[in-house]
Amino acid sequence: MNIAVLVKQVPDTNEIKLDPKTGTLIREGVESIMNPDDRLGLETALMLKDAHGAKVTVISMGPPQAIDVITEAMAMGADGGVLLSDRNFAGADTWATSYTLGKALEKLLAETRLDLVIAGRQAIDGDTAQIGPQVAEHLGWPQVTYVSELKLEDGSLRAWRKLPGGVEEVVCPLPAVVTVLDAPQDPRWAMVDRLLWACGPKSPIRVWDAADIEAPAKSTGLRGSLTQVMQTFSPKSERKTDWIEGTAEEQARHLVNALSQRNLI
Amino acid sequence: MAVWIIEENCTGCGLCAKACPYGAMVIEDKLARVTDRCTECGACLAACKFEALASDIEQEPIPDLSGYKGVWVFAETQEGKLLPVSRELMGEGGRLAAELGQDLCAVLVGSGLEPLADELASLGAKKVFLADDPRLAAYATLAFTRVLADMIQAHAPAVLLMGATPLGRDLAPRLSRRLDLGLTADCTQLGIDKETGNLLQTRPAFGGNVMATIYTPRVRPQMATVRPGVMAPPQARAGAQAEVIKQEVKLLDSDLLLKLMSFTPLASQGVDISQAKTIVAGGRGCRSREGFGLLAELAQEMGAELAGTRVAVEEGWIGVERQIGQTGVTVRPELYIACGISGAIQHRAGILGSRFIVAINRDANAPVFSVADYAIVGDVFKVVPAMLAALKEAR
Ligand SMILES: Cc1cc2nc3c(=O)[nH]c(=O)nc-3n(C[C@H](O)[C@H](O)[C@H](O)COP(=O)(O)OP(=O)(O)OC[C@H]3O[C@@H](n4cnc5c(N)ncnc54)[C@H](O)[C@@H]3O)c2cc1C
Ligand SMILES: Cc1cc2nc3c(=O)[nH]c(=O)nc-3n(C[C@H](O)[C@H](O)[C@H](O)COP(=O)(O)OP(=O)(O)OC[C@H]3O[C@@H](n4cnc5c(N)ncnc54)[C@H](O)[C@@H]3O)c2cc1C
Repeated sequence: MNIAVLVKQVPDTNEIKLDPKTGTLIREGVESIMNPDDRLGLETALMLKDAHGAKVTVISMGPPQAIDVITEAMAMGADGGVLLSDRNFAGADTWATSYTLGKALEKLLAETRLDLVIAGRQAIDGDTAQIGPQVAEHLGWPQVTYVSELKLEDGSLRAWRKLPGGVEEVVCPLPAVVTVLDAPQDPRWAMVDRLLWACGPKSPIRVWDAADIEAPAKSTGLRGSLTQVMQTFSPKSERKTDWIEGTAEEQARHLVNALSQRNLI
Repeated sequence: MAVWIIEENCTGCGLCAKACPYGAMVIEDKLARVTDRCTECGACLAACKFEALASDIEQEPIPDLSGYKGVWVFAETQEGKLLPVSRELMGEGGRLAAELGQDLCAVLVGSGLEPLADELASLGAKKVFLADDPRLAAYATLAFTRVLADMIQAHAPAVLLMGATPLGRDLAPRLSRRLDLGLTADCTQLGIDKETGNLLQTRPAFGGNVMATIYTPRVRPQMATVRPGVMAPPQARAGAQAEVIKQEVKLLDSDLLLKLMSFTPLASQGVDISQAKTIVAGGRGCRSREGFGLLAELAQEMGAELAGTRVAVEEGWIGVERQIGQTGVTVRPELYIACGISGAIQHRAGILGSRFIVAINRDANAPVFSVADYAIVGDVFKVVPAMLAALKEAR
């Protein structure tokens, strides 16, 4: 059993705060972390490894410092890691990202069998939730999205999909791509001895560039992207706030009057 | 790719620093500087008004796209009925189609859905593309992908909109990759660029901390998923007719690989707060189930639905189907009353479509006030009973 897990390094967006004066984002001191859904994806893979024995390889596309999430994943229990890093990969939209990840998976497939690719449902920075299905299409494999629990059966997987209205249980033949948003148990801790191994001279981490995965410049990064970011801005409210003063009774009466004048009650 | 500053042209105006989603651009001594936080995403390049930013990126040429015409709406259905988001998309799609001077068309994929064509016509569809087949009765990613890809290749639309529902966010990326199309996720605002006719797709990213406007310059159709509950549905015009165009359904066995074994619905179903006209919502500041009892009284007096923050759900004060926000429901009521809610970005994301927002919070600096039309700095346990009294008085 061979499993590839896609992990992304992201800024911890929960730590991002708005400056109340300027309305701009304060990003100072915001840490880079492993995307939360990917940590759950890795735990899912490691649970399969515990139960059935499996070789787990993590893959990340990003700048050189993204190697940190790979070493962390290996300290948690992954067996190998690949960092996809090349100046040409920068600025990729989801089409170009999924193409690059897809080419790397093709290279892995040329080396060894792969039964399962696990991605997070959504990355907390780009927030698109598009990469999992797009990688599945690149490989021509079926996809199972929104997964909260996964079991392996003979040549297929059984997955529980957590949807807003309820939980769907599906069976899908392997190989397949799965995106996860939860796992049956909390992600395990990194282990120091494994971390030393992952960072040390015997580390099996490999770094591949565009030439290694045979990805042409016109299909990667900003140049290969089909969507472009035209502008970004802080969400601003256009509401004019009426501050209602007085005692609770006065405030309540004022509000009820204002709302009934607007026919809201 | 790299980004650098042409210092002669830089005025230190800071537009690039504002545009950078990663905080990688800083202004020092009236000059912009790129720091090592830069991920080379390119968002700054478009922001500079002084030609002071350069990059070594090569642009791919833009082909002739004039043959692609029509704004298509994927009309998602459940149990043979249109989802509310499908109606919302017809409203928004109609507006875009008018601006482009093109037709609004609806796409139906399923089994036995032909009766819906009239309803879609009443919502503005000039044409309805229909793929009807018993094998499409239940959603299957690969089957729907194949059918839609065939339709798009046969008719070459300029725009394809889908709801950012669980189904839409499973299907749209798969389809976009099959046809090598650009796809913008979870949009909350759409527009047309007057000069180029490009679709301008605005969406929240970074957990709602940043808004980004995205465009798709060199491929068609431009695909976007749109967040449910954000766009306004159109006025229905009874009696309107649409041309129904049937698509031949060609599937492979391998398109129907996934087997649905069981479905366990969530225990407490039945309310859909996304459709509520008035909402009374509470957060941690309401303290307890009893505190929510007080809100329930207010809700009943006003004919409102009760809702709350994630904290209120986690504390067990309300059911998960009543959670509002990024990971809950997006609402667009006429009136939204927030009681003891701080207004975290993830919560605000779900209420911005409300027509009027009232916030009651004892902390004058609570972020919820930044989106409030009426702000009451005060104690929920004093203000809400006073409101109940005032409402009864006014009756
Ligand atoms: C403000 C902003 C808005 C954007 N909007 C769009 C848009 O609407 N459409 C679009 O096509 N692009 C968009 N992009 C670009 C998009 O963020 C990148 O393509 C990004 O590389 C992947 O998208 P994501 O972060 O949304 O990932 P998601 O699709 O949300 O990620 C899902 C999973 O895929 C895997 N994954 C994602 N990226 C990587 C990676 N680099 N390495 C390894 N695994 C990975 C992880 O397992 C992750 O959990 C936007 C970028 C910005 C800055
Ligand atoms: C990825 C992610 C997704 C999330 N999704 C959602 C989501 O969908 N929906 C959501 O709501 N949250 C979501 N959250 C959580 C969100 O960040 C906040 O933690 C949450 O909304 C806060 O809830 P609250 O306002 O009830 O509590 P708090 O932030 O604790 O605010 C309580 C407020 O009550 C006020 N208060 C206290 N006592 C009184 C009183 N007696 N009278 C008046 N005011 C009083 C306080 O001043 C304070 O402002 C998400 C978080 C993350 C990280």
